[in-house]
Amino acid sequence: MNAAIPLSAQLINLFAAVILLLAFAMLAQRRMLSLVNLFAAQGFCLFLATLTAAVTTGQSHLFYSAGLTLLLKVIALPWILYRLVRQLNIKGEVEALINIPTTMLVGIVLVMAAFNVALPISELSHTITRGTLGIALAVVMLAFLMMITRQKAISQVVGFLSMENGLFLAATSATYGMPMVVELGIALDVLVGMIILGVFFFQIRDQFDSLDIRHMEKLKDN
Amino acid sequence: MDFFILMLAIPLVSGALLTVVGERDWAPNLNVVASLGTFLAAVGLTAEIVANGPRFAFGEQFFIDSLNVFFVSLTAFVGLTTSIFSGPYMRNERDRGRLSKPRLRLYKSMYQLFMFTMLAALTTNNLGILWVAMEAATLTTVLLVSLYRTPASLEAAWKYFILCGVGIAQALFGTVLLYFAAERVLGAAGNALLWTHLVDVKAQLEPTIMALSFIFLLVGYGTKVGLAPLHNWLPDAHAEGPTPVSAVLSGLLLNVALYAILRCKVLADGALPEGYAGQLMIGFGLFTLLVAAFFLSRQKDVKRMFAYSSIEHMGLITFAFGMGGPIANFAGLLHMTMHSLTKSAIFFAVGHATQKTDTQLMEQIRGLIRINPLIGWGLMLGTLAILGMPPFGVFASEFMILTHAMKHYPWAIPILLLALGVAFASIFGKVQPMVFGETTAKRLPHAPAITPVFLHLGLVLMLGLYIPPYLTRWFHEAARMLG
Repeated sequence: MNAAIPLSAQLINLFAAVILLLAFAMLAQRRMLSLVNLFAAQGFCLFLATLTAAVTTGQSHLFYSAGLTLLLKVIALPWILYRLVRQLNIKGEVEALINIPTTMLVGIVLVMAAFNVALPISELSHTITRGTLGIALAVVMLAFLMMITRQKAISQVVGFLSMENGLFLAATSATYGMPMVVELGIALDVLVGMIILGVFFFQIRDQFDSLDIRHMEKLKDN
Repeated sequence: MDFFILMLAIPLVSGALLTVVGERDWAPNLNVVASLGTFLAAVGLTAEIVANGPRFAFGEQFFIDSLNVFFVSLTAFVGLTTSIFSGPYMRNERDRGRLSKPRLRLYKSMYQLFMFTMLAALTTNNLGILWVAMEAATLTTVLLVSLYRTPASLEAAWKYFILCGVGIAQALFGTVLLYFAAERVLGAAGNALLWTHLVDVKAQLEPTIMALSFIFLLVGYGTKVGLAPLHNWLPDAHAEGPTPVSAVLSGLLLNVALYAILRCKVLADGALPEGYAGQLMIGFGLFTLLVAAFFLSRQKDVKRMFAYSSIEHMGLITFAFGMGGPIANFAGLLHMTMHSLTKSAIFFAVGHATQKTDTQLMEQIRGLIRINPLIGWGLMLGTLAILGMPPFGVFASEFMILTHAMKHYPWAIPILLLALGVAFASIFGKVQPMVFGETTAKRLPHAPAITPVFLHLGLVLMLGLYIPPYLTRWFHEAARMLG
């Protein structure tokens, strides 16, 4: 049965599967620097998947898209995150709101739901990468779960960026990427957003002496 | 010179300029002059569209028709009055020691860039660029919400960033799906995200994909509109940011996000069975209306209360557009205009009131009418207007929405009346003692800018009594475009 799938499609599926595994690893990871490493690895897999699709289809804008992913998600963003972690002196354990095994179980349920939602749509796609749409949606859901269960501001941001990875994977797998001008715009937004967050982290730390969002639950309706 | 290019270039250039010269004494005036220029360019553009019909700009990347030119002129107008208001307001804040010069510079330059992103979002023809501009609008305002750097404002800004970030990520997924559906019909060329191309082939778009796409787009942009249950960022951001920021967030950003949903709804309506998109919007709208009305009664902070009132009105407008048809769309557009004008006027009055009394807690604000009758009356009249009292314009639009609902969706009437009644009782009951009663207020070094308050309220009053025929035509045409 597998013989019918071309090698390039198998490669893309492999990279997508690794991206999904890395999303699970990020859910389970407690150390901040390892979390940034995992995020960079996820970006690298996304780069490889996009590059494979580009080589197979020969579409020039996919090459640019792959280059953009490499620059932004493998080099620039992890570098900014490293600097932040070091300058803000964030050490050690990330405290999760729910314990890790429960989170993983919830994650598995989310992945199943994502595959079910994506199934009727990926059948309509004609790209060689269509199988990965379900994985992309699953990555988005897992990143969302990570944002909900983490208490440190910076790990919420890593979750947010991982969600962006999932969305890019969705764009590549369903349609061979968005038009170039849109991808450039999205990349610019993500980069500017990261820089603003960097400024913002220092403001939070100066005010609360910590990046724990438990300090930020004062605003309530009563 | 092309009015359209001027309109986008003025806020962009002045935003960049203000990052350099924003600490000079005349910088607030530059802010006002730039907003005035943007407004005049928008008026010129509107006149051009009314005379010559829709047009493109920059190839086909930007598209201006009677629907978005209406939002453009509203946005530019409220942008101008807010910049006039913020001059003395921000000087008072500086004198009170709440803001330093570098932060005022940040405020002014981000204000202009925020105007730029909103105007770009309104005029773009490319649904991908629409997403980019909406996200940029969030980014420009995050640092404005945290401008005071108090623990509460940082928390509000963080919530704003994360919740809107998650929301807007959903919208991106919706856009990807939309592109996927479009590419099957239009091919992989760059025009598959251009709205004008999509609207021509909307009946051929794959329904399965469009259904999922619209849900993601509605939830995603709906987060920015403030639709429940993802509305939590809105009261915090409005209450903790500086008042001019609350005024533009409430009066403009919510409209722009709703406009994005409307553009997508036109496409979804063409591809999907009758009423699918509309019923989703009716559901979200009614739920939002109810949630907001009941939270309203529990508020103690005046800006927070009016933020919930914005959520309530956004729910009502979403409901109106969900019903669809020429009358409901007309009412929705009219209500958006009225809400923008009235709510920003209220925030102007509230801003001066909180400066005079040094608090945002409603229990401690008393007797505004003694210390400054104009602010007192401004707040009172604004409150009556937003609650839908005749003869103000909000009454006209709410009346149209209610009568239309009574005819087509009679089951929704008890919910609407309950929510509007609860909102009336809680807001009026709290504002009345704030305006009348014994005063605790003090004098301010810089005289407040009262003109914008009464300018807005005057317009709302006029539109409640008499809508000029050209405006009616324009509203009708825009309502017809929405189907």
